[in-house]
Amino acid sequence: MTEILQVRGLVAGYGAAPVLRDIDLTVPTGSIVTVLGANGAGKTTLLRTLSGLLRPTAGQILLDGKDLRRVKVERLVRLGMAHVPEGRGVVAELTVDENLRLGGLWRNDVNAAVAEVYELFEPLAQRKRNAGHLLSGGERQMLAIGRALVARPRLLLLDEPSLGLAPKITAQIMALLQKLRTQTGLTVLLVEQNARSALSVADSGVVMSLGRIATATTAQELRNAYLGS
Amino acid sequence: MDRFVFLTFDGLSNGAVYAAFALALVLIWRAARVVNFAQGAMAVAAAYAAYSVTQATGSYWIGFAAALGTGLMIGALVERAVMRFVGHANPLNEVIVALGLVLFIQAVLGMLYGNEFLPSHTPFSRNAIEVGGVPLLSRYDLFVFGAVAALVLLLALLFTKTSTGLRMRAAAFAPEVSRLLGVNVGGMLTLGWALASAVGALAAMLVIPTELGLNPHAMDLVFVTSFTAAVIGGLDSPPGAVTGGMAVGLILSYVSGYLGSSVTPIAVLALLLIVLLVRPGGLFSATVARQA
Amino acid sequence: MTLQKHLIFTALGGIFLFAVTQQLEPFRNYQLATMAAYLCATAGLTILTGLNGQISLGHGALMAVGAYTMAFAQNGIGNLYLSLLLAMLATTAVGAIIGVAAARLRGPYLAGLTLAVALAIPAFTVTFDGLFNSEQGLPVSFTPPETLPIETWQALTAGGSALLVMFLLANVVSSRFGRAMRAVRDNEVAARLAGIHVARTQVLSFVISAAPAGLGGALLAFLAQNVSPGAFSLTLSLYLLLAIVIGGLGNLAGAVWGAFLLVALPDLTNSLTEGITASPELARKLDGNLALAIFGLTLIVVMLVAPGGLQSLVQRISHRIRKGRNHV
Repeated sequence: MTEILQVRGLVAGYGAAPVLRDIDLTVPTGSIVTVLGANGAGKTTLLRTLSGLLRPTAGQILLDGKDLRRVKVERLVRLGMAHVPEGRGVVAELTVDENLRLGGLWRNDVNAAVAEVYELFEPLAQRKRNAGHLLSGGERQMLAIGRALVARPRLLLLDEPSLGLAPKITAQIMALLQKLRTQTGLTVLLVEQNARSALSVADSGVVMSLGRIATATTAQELRNAYLGS
Repeated sequence: MDRFVFLTFDGLSNGAVYAAFALALVLIWRAARVVNFAQGAMAVAAAYAAYSVTQATGSYWIGFAAALGTGLMIGALVERAVMRFVGHANPLNEVIVALGLVLFIQAVLGMLYGNEFLPSHTPFSRNAIEVGGVPLLSRYDLFVFGAVAALVLLLALLFTKTSTGLRMRAAAFAPEVSRLLGVNVGGMLTLGWALASAVGALAAMLVIPTELGLNPHAMDLVFVTSFTAAVIGGLDSPPGAVTGGMAVGLILSYVSGYLGSSVTPIAVLALLLIVLLVRPGGLFSATVARQA
Repeated sequence: MTLQKHLIFTALGGIFLFAVTQQLEPFRNYQLATMAAYLCATAGLTILTGLNGQISLGHGALMAVGAYTMAFAQNGIGNLYLSLLLAMLATTAVGAIIGVAAARLRGPYLAGLTLAVALAIPAFTVTFDGLFNSEQGLPVSFTPPETLPIETWQALTAGGSALLVMFLLANVVSSRFGRAMRAVRDNEVAARLAGIHVARTQVLSFVISAAPAGLGGALLAFLAQNVSPGAFSLTLSLYLLLAIVIGGLGNLAGAVWGAFLLVALPDLTNSLTEGITASPELARKLDGNLALAIFGLTLIVVMLVAPGGLQSLVQRISHRIRKGRNHV
């Protein structure tokens, strides 16, 4: 098995004191890896650093072996990495359709990709012309993930998709991730506070604490250790 | 009654120009949350470029194209070389830098061309066509309406029908998310400034021949008038800017026609004051407070 | 304590002013007087923009109010000090009106409104030409004392007025009200929670800032011996703004730097352009414009690289020198 993403000795932060200290992380191609941890452990900062929104002060980020440190944020999605940010990032002023197209404007097959997303998320198809701010929380999350899929990424970074959603909808989203993984070979790096739902689909996971990786092991062991089942 | 009809058409013609210039202000406001106080000076610079080109080639239309091209370039340059580096800690910073640009551009134009009024020609006659004995509007007025209508249509198409327009809107509303989605946000900002500056240049080309002529300060009052129009429209609404521009054009035409043209700046001040104090959100905006 | 300090500074300034005016040649005294007139306005604007965070492009217009009041009072009553006082009072009243509107506006909206005020000034003089005599303006008559050269007298009057303004404003800055102004500038919500009446503070700031601007305008009229709308164009307002930005916002010492620059730079560029004798056409185009271009460029550069202005640069350098000494 090859690794789509490798992180070595990553240090990053805002200002003088680093938030992330010496992060090592390996994401095998085609797997679902979850990043768990309490509020403020550095999970979101990790994703922001991976996408280049925050530049690391030390360490390496390799996507398919290619060093990302000098790559512009807006280039990354073309390299196959899509990031659904904290709070979903639905552009409230744009319609559902516009939000989706935005996900892959540089692609020749953007219309086909958008159509596929409508098949995947039927509720969105009924709200094409509605502005983003009219959507419910669950619809917004569908839109955010769908928009990321329009880019046809190989690696999807997801920041807390379950936040603020009913358990039933969270379960649907987790099932969808699993389906995408089996059908298209999509790799997912899933940041979650909700360990139970994340571990229900993940193959492996890491637990972050105070900006470091405290534990890195299989999902099964994490389930045993944290959920006691 | 004839006079009222004439003033109405004259006001609509001026209003079309104010609408275009207000649109330029709205474009930058939406893209960067900046009121570009240098827009008048930038537009005048483009009009001077047109003057030089027309002098050299003898063609109004080559000069006209040069004005639009210069407008694009000045806008891009101002954003890339200056505005991009202004600290956002204080919202006054951008205003002050833009005012510095006003001083600088007007002084450079004065050094190159002198501070006198230069004659400015129109491609069509400004004599009003009479319909049933009543002078209505001139061929030039028709040209102004046509140019502004084409502009409004093109901008509407650009923003609603093209992917570049979608990118520009997304970059303005949600810069960070747009970058994650592969949008070159910095490039869109530059494009927005360039576009707005070209629109401003178009407005300057249309309005300067109808006034005293070309001068480094030729757009000072047009700026304030169009700012008033944009504020009436709500500052972030393109349809509001167009409606506001037409309304301000009409009001000022009646004021200047019935009370004397020297009263116009006072009328602009009064209008702006009334709008800001009575309808702080503008007529087309949901914004409640005028805090920027 | 601060009051004593300010009194001592003002007294020293007065002695210095008196000594200097006795030494300078008439033209330099006239320049000193002009600088003092500008200083009144820049100090007022510093209070408004630097301390209270409100922008005004209308201070040139406020100076015009002061100048025209000066003309009316001088030509009607003829007592110089009374005229200066009346000019200040009239401008205070106008400042209060603009201030009430301004307190409801922020940033670009306030800038746009005050810009409209600046552009309306010539229109007022033309529309009410029976009163203001249109573009020609009004003469300002006065009888100079017989014991002093007229320029020395002008420099003493203007300099003395500027000192008084600086003394009063310095006390405002260090007062309770000065702290309220800064609190409103930094965070309106926090200021409101701390029990500060935000709108009242903003209106009062505008009034406090308008009065010295009116005095400065009156002094300019007194120096030029006439008043016309051309002297109070939008460019003057931009000059004032740029002077306080370059000098250093939020610092009365910065206002001094700014006023100095407003007089010194045009003088410098004038002597530069006079050097160009090759082409009178070119010299005519450069005249005035060169100074404006330098001003504009400086304003942009200062905002981009040293938003604290000249005064912060001076403070940084003197701080470093002092630190250097301590190390030795």
